[in-house]
Amino acid sequence: MLPNEQAVTLENLLPEVQKRFDEGLRLVGLTAVELTDQNAFDVLYHFDKDLNVQHLRLTVPKEAPVPSTSGIYFLALLAENEIKDQFGVNFQNILIDFGCALYMEPEVVTSPFCKFTYVKKSAKEGEE
Amino acid sequence: MARTVLPFGPQHPVLPEPIHLKLVIEEEKVVEAIPNLGYVHRGLEKLVDIRDFNQMVNICERVCGICSCIHAVNYCMGTEQLLSLEVPTRANYLRVIWMELHRIHSHLLWLGLFADGFGFESLFMQFWRIREKIMDVMESTAGNRVVISVNIVGGVRRDLSAEQTKWILEELDKVEKGVRQLESTILNEYTVCKRTKGIGVLTKEQAHQLGAVGPTLRGSGWAQDVRMTGYTAYGDLDFEPVVEHDGDCYSRTKVRFREIYVACDLVRQAIAKLPAGEIAVKVKGKPDGEAWTRVEQPRGELYYYHKGNGTNHLARLRIRTPTFANIPPLLAMLPGITLADVPIVVLSIDPCISCTER
Amino acid sequence: MFEMTKNVLRNLSGKYSTRLYPFTRRDPYTGYRGRLEQNIDECIFCHMCEKRCPSVCISVDNKNFTWSCDPFACVYCGFCVDVCPTHCLSMSNIHRSVTGERETMFYQGKPKPKKAKAEKAAPAAE
Repeated sequence: MLPNEQAVTLENLLPEVQKRFDEGLRLVGLTAVELTDQNAFDVLYHFDKDLNVQHLRLTVPKEAPVPSTSGIYFLALLAENEIKDQFGVNFQNILIDFGCALYMEPEVVTSPFCKFTYVKKSAKEGEE
Repeated sequence: MARTVLPFGPQHPVLPEPIHLKLVIEEEKVVEAIPNLGYVHRGLEKLVDIRDFNQMVNICERVCGICSCIHAVNYCMGTEQLLSLEVPTRANYLRVIWMELHRIHSHLLWLGLFADGFGFESLFMQFWRIREKIMDVMESTAGNRVVISVNIVGGVRRDLSAEQTKWILEELDKVEKGVRQLESTILNEYTVCKRTKGIGVLTKEQAHQLGAVGPTLRGSGWAQDVRMTGYTAYGDLDFEPVVEHDGDCYSRTKVRFREIYVACDLVRQAIAKLPAGEIAVKVKGKPDGEAWTRVEQPRGELYYYHKGNGTNHLARLRIRTPTFANIPPLLAMLPGITLADVPIVVLSIDPCISCTER
Repeated sequence: MFEMTKNVLRNLSGKYSTRLYPFTRRDPYTGYRGRLEQNIDECIFCHMCEKRCPSVCISVDNKNFTWSCDPFACVYCGFCVDVCPTHCLSMSNIHRSVTGERETMFYQGKPKPKKAKAEKAAPAAE
C-alpha cells in the first residue's frame, strides 16, 4: 500500500477523476501491474498538487472493460495506449486509439508484459 | 484548401533519436500532428524477471545515456525504501554532486543541439567544447565519461578525496566562465531571437492541464521543481526554481540556460557541506512491498514505481520519463506554426525518445 | 547584433582546444575503468563475480577450475572487481586495445592444495 492511496471501483472511477480535475490536481501518470494470483490487473492513477501526491487504485479482472479518462485529462491517452499494448487492459473510448500499434507491430497478438499472457481483444475480433 | 500529410522523422537531422510525427499541413501551416512511437522500444521494464535487484541498477542506468546517473539514483531510492535501508549522509551528498554535474552536461548538450537545429553550427561547437571539461571530471572521479556506474543499492561506490573536490571546483569555475562568455550570443543575438521568440507558445493553463513537466512547465510560469521535495541531500541546500513567463521556445531556452548557473552553485554548496562518514551500507534482506519515488531529471519529473514480492527479483518496475509527459503539450504547440519552425519546436521540449520508450 | 564576433576573435587569438592525437596523448586518469585483468592463481572459484555481473559475461567452473569472460559482452562496470573476496580481479586504466578477431579471456587455474595436512599437524603438535 502506498501512502495517500484510495481504492476505486469501475463505477466511481470517472466521478473521482473528475473531482480531482475540478480541484486543480495534475495527473502525473498511470501504472499497470499484473496480479498473478488473482488473474486481474491493478491500474494506478497518480495525481499531484504543489508536490503533494495522491494515488487511486483500480483492480479489474483481466477482460473487463475500463472507461478511459482521456476525456477529462488529455494526456492519459498516451499512457492508456501504452498499457493497452503491453498488458492488454481493455480501455474503452480512448480519444486517439492506436489500436495496439503504438509500440508493437500489428501481428503481435499476445500481451508481452504479462506473466500469464492472453490474446488481446482486438486480435480476437479480427479473427472472428 | 487541400490538406497534405507530411511525415516528420523518424530520421531527421535535428532529432537525436527517432520519433515519427504525421503533420497535417494546409498551405505551409501545420493544422494537426499525430505521433507514432516505438522505434527504439527495448522492453527494459520486463528485464526484472531475469535480473535481480542488484543487477537492475546497471539496466536502469542505460535507459538514457544523457541522464543515466539520475535514473540510477531513483531506482536505488525506491529499492532502499523497500528494504528499509538508511543511506549515509555522505553518500547522499556525493549523489547530489554527480547528479548536478549530469544536469550541467545535459543542458550544455541540449543548447548545442538547439543551436545546430537552426544552423548555428559554430555555437554548437562552443557549447560542446565547454561540456568536455565536465566529461573529464566524470572520467577521473567516477571512472567513465557518460554512463558512470557509481550508484549501488545502499550508497555509492566511489569517494571523492580533498584534492579531487578542489580540482572539481577549479574546473567548475572554467565551465561557468565559458558559459558566461556565450550568454549574450544565445540570448541576445538577432537571428536566435527571430527564430525562437513567439514560436511554439504554451499558455499557463494548457501547460498545467496537459501535464507538462520540467523546463516546459517552468517556461510557462509554474514554479514547480521536484527537487524542492528534498530527496537525497536537496533538503539541506538552498536554491529556487527558475521560472520564465512567456511560454515560447525562447523562454524554455532561457530556463535551461539559467539552470546551469543554479546547478554550478548547488555543486559548490554540496562540496562545502560534504560531511565525513561512510559511503554505503550493507544490503540485507529482500525487497517486499510497494514504493513510489520521483526525482527531477534535466528534462522534467521522472517517477519509478517498484513492487517487490519477497524474492530477489522485483515483481514490477514502472518507469515514466518526462518526455513521455511532454508529448501531449508538443501536440498542442504544433498547430498554427509554419513547417520550417517544426524542428525548433520539437527540439525545445528536449526530446529523449530512448527514455520515453525504454 | 554582433554577439558572436567577440567569441570568434577570442578563439582566433587563443590557443588550440584540440590535441594532435596520435602524436600527443593525454595521460590516462587513475580512476578510469579500462581492461579487466585476472590473476588466476589467487582465484578461489567462488562464483561471486558470475552472480553479480549485470551483462552475464563471466562463467566460472569449479570442477575444472576455469574462469572465462567475454570482453565484447562486458560493459566494464567494475562490479566484479568490487565483490571479489580475494581481490584477484583488477581493472587497469588503459582502454582495451583494438583486435582483429573476437577472442575470449580464458584462464585455467590449479586446484588449491588441501589444508588437511596442516590441520592434522596442529593437533598432533599440541
